[in-house]
Amino acid sequence: MSLKTDAIGKEWPATTYEVGKEKIREYATVVGLDNPVYLDREAAKAAGYRDVVAPPMFAVVYSSPAMAPAMFDSEVGMNFAAMVHGGQEFEWGEPACSGDEITTTAKCVDISEKDGKGFYIFETSSVNQNGDRVARGTWTLIVRGV
Amino acid sequence: MADLNAGDPIPELRVTPDKYLPHRYAGASGDFNPIHIDPEFAKAVGLPSTILHGLYMMGLVARAATDVGGGDPKALKRLSVQFRGMGAPETEIVVSGTVRSVEGERAVIDTVAAQGDNQTIRNAEAEVEI
Repeated sequence: MSLKTDAIGKEWPATTYEVGKEKIREYATVVGLDNPVYLDREAAKAAGYRDVVAPPMFAVVYSSPAMAPAMFDSEVGMNFAAMVHGGQEFEWGEPACSGDEITTTAKCVDISEKDGKGFYIFETSSVNQNGDRVARGTWTLIVRGV
Repeated sequence: MADLNAGDPIPELRVTPDKYLPHRYAGASGDFNPIHIDPEFAKAVGLPSTILHGLYMMGLVARAATDVGGGDPKALKRLSVQFRGMGAPETEIVVSGTVRSVEGERAVIDTVAAQGDNQTIRNAEAEVEI
């Protein structure tokens, strides 16, 4: 049990991301999403959205910047050469639309060891400019040979 | 969407990412880890060549699950996945799944993404409003 667990409970400064129409289009196109609510303002409004809406997994785009300082924190001390992304969960609330300003905070919720592997679990919480929860993410990173 | 019952299979999603897909996904997502875009780097760290982003494949699982809810992004309430095998470009990905339960307007769907026998995403659990 040489695994450092001091970072459990640590939070990092929030990052803010402004969702843009063309960025949504770029993401949707790569993943093969052709629902016009992702691409066309009028279609999105007709479907009840304020503006073109981001696909659910666009959560990666607006929440990843908050994860970077957490992952690279020496207090967490992950060995990147032996790290894999083991699991991911998102839970969605209010949809994210073009023009929204999304603020994300990251927190280390657990570090544990099992079968010689380190399990690092982070949570991100993303809220929009009105304070409504847009997404909650759970990121499981696994480091072999700890 | 009213006829969804526990045990029903969901429509399969089949996608073959081309050679440059990881480059476009890197641009779209901001994840430029060289294991996804630089074959020489990938080989130097012991991989057969560049591998797909796990979160791209999760994006395909989200697409398949959202389609079960009629295609409206609001329908997908939660998605949890485990990344297992590595995904390769230029190989067909098949996303398949089964409805585990339906309670009121919420369905829970078990999903897998695979390239042949290689399950790249396992134990994926999607909660969809139907």
